[in-house]
Amino acid sequence: MSPIPCRQAFTNTLNELAKSDKDIVVVTSDARGSVTLTGFAQEMPDQFVEVGIAEQNAIGISAGLASCGKKTFVCGPACFFSARSLEQVKVDVAYSQNPVKIIGVSGGVSYGALGSTHHSLHDIAVMRTFPGLHIVLPCDVAQTVALTRQLVNYPYPVYVRMGRGAVPDVYKTSDPFFVIGKSITLHDGNDLTIIGTGETVFHCLEAATELEKYGVAARVIDMHTLKPLDVEAIKNAVAETRSIITVEEHSIFGGLGAAVAEIIVQYRPVQMKIIGIPDENAINGSPVEIFNHYGLTKENIVNEALKLIELTNINK
Amino acid sequence: MNKPTEMNHDKNIDLPYIALKVRKRILEIIYQAKGGHTGGSLSSVDILTSLYFGVLNIDTANPGKTDRDRFIMSKGHSAESLYCILAEAGFIDDALLDTYGKFNSRLAGHPTNKIPGIELNSGALGHGLPVGVGMALAARMNNSKSRTFVLMGDGEQGEGSIYEAAMAANHYKLDNLIAIIDRNHLQISGNTEEVMSLESIRSRWEAFGWHVIECDGHNFNELNHTFQSIPVVPGKPHLVIARTIKGKGVSFMENQEKWHHGVPTKEQLEIALSELDASINLLKST
Repeated sequence: MSPIPCRQAFTNTLNELAKSDKDIVVVTSDARGSVTLTGFAQEMPDQFVEVGIAEQNAIGISAGLASCGKKTFVCGPACFFSARSLEQVKVDVAYSQNPVKIIGVSGGVSYGALGSTHHSLHDIAVMRTFPGLHIVLPCDVAQTVALTRQLVNYPYPVYVRMGRGAVPDVYKTSDPFFVIGKSITLHDGNDLTIIGTGETVFHCLEAATELEKYGVAARVIDMHTLKPLDVEAIKNAVAETRSIITVEEHSIFGGLGAAVAEIIVQYRPVQMKIIGIPDENAINGSPVEIFNHYGLTKENIVNEALKLIELTNINK
Repeated sequence: MNKPTEMNHDKNIDLPYIALKVRKRILEIIYQAKGGHTGGSLSSVDILTSLYFGVLNIDTANPGKTDRDRFIMSKGHSAESLYCILAEAGFIDDALLDTYGKFNSRLAGHPTNKIPGIELNSGALGHGLPVGVGMALAARMNNSKSRTFVLMGDGEQGEGSIYEAAMAANHYKLDNLIAIIDRNHLQISGNTEEVMSLESIRSRWEAFGWHVIECDGHNFNELNHTFQSIPVVPGKPHLVIARTIKGKGVSFMENQEKWHHGVPTKEQLEIALSELDASINLLKST
């Protein structure tokens, strides 16, 4: 477990980069505390724009700054940027191709018991339909650091979603391989493929280790970039393994599972299981309790994997 | 901020003549496209003519120059007006206007920044001012003299996002930001005061901390003087309420809500063009 959450890793990295790159600008909507930007605001007030509780304005202002060459990071809760200011994301950022980096923190069910107003379980689905907007969900601190460094001069608009709490390390090195748009195979195997994104990647990896005990070799893919999607990795998984499981902290509609299924059904249909939040407002509880309730866990992924293995053996 | 000291504008350019020519072209392309926003395009022509030919620091040979003034057509439905001005100013070929409304035209029904001289894709209302605040902030950060102008409709004033931006512009004392309201009193469903009352626009914006100037939106001396003199009050964002007439320049279109997006018939087009020709002739004879 890393001692700091991804959002803190993001701001630490951005702080360091912004000291020597005065074109880096941070915009926030009264979220400096939740994003951990208080230090940035104090150290670099000339590169910090507070807009108050006004997410539409935050995105619009960011588009204006980015259009004038500012390397603009707009930071706040994912739930609000992906809903309240959605038209600004669609028009001012994506359609106008202003390369704003939208950093949605405390995404998914990070806010736990605060309820559906504060959950963002729809964000991948809606953001994915905007042409020209890239989407990345880092899974741990080391990857967040690598992502932040790449974002500074990345020429396209990007929506980034990260969680609120500290998460276990998936990457054991401080400088892991990371390129936006290139998925990472974390565990080799040819029996089936488990694809995760963001915080679920750790659970996918744990499930693969557990499955070894059953003699099942699972491939695990960290699909950190939902757009542009690494289609080749998905096609290879379909060709080389017998079934696919996707695991996401998102509605089962329109997210990672849907994106993978869209490729598979038009290429070579195989058995598939989409693990995510069903079509309901998520149950009240802590993020861990919610993950457990909906089976975003090692145990449930293992169970679903064994079912798929059995099914594909029968069908063979 | 410093007031602009030198504009690359020919003082002898005949703005009324340009505006009449542009009005004719607007009607021609709307007729050809069988669609468009006639009334609001005609009400905004003189404001655009003043900006593009008398005020803005822009360069058709280098539309992306970094210290340029920015203009955002927040009332994006008046795209025809903007396109015809850009053609007249030399940003785009006049021939491109003939593709308007046709399949795969580069000119969309609302402005897009793929067209030289256009800063932002617009058409969804209430977006221009927040983006303009960002541009004005960037100019300040860059120590640039660039000013940002945002043209909004009066009906557009119903969009809440405008007031988020109005707050921020005052908070950051953006005297390099100029909002303009094309105050023609009509929106698609009728008189603005009957659809959703806006008055007093002045006191509303003053309460938000803006310096408000009213002028005749069809008088070039007033428009040029107003835009060139800003900032009148240093440290404040400025709003220009330009009093205009929807459908201005064509007798049977003026002040008629049905011409919000009315398309002239061939006969109506001919009458309208001959009225504008008569105005041009009158201008030449005086």
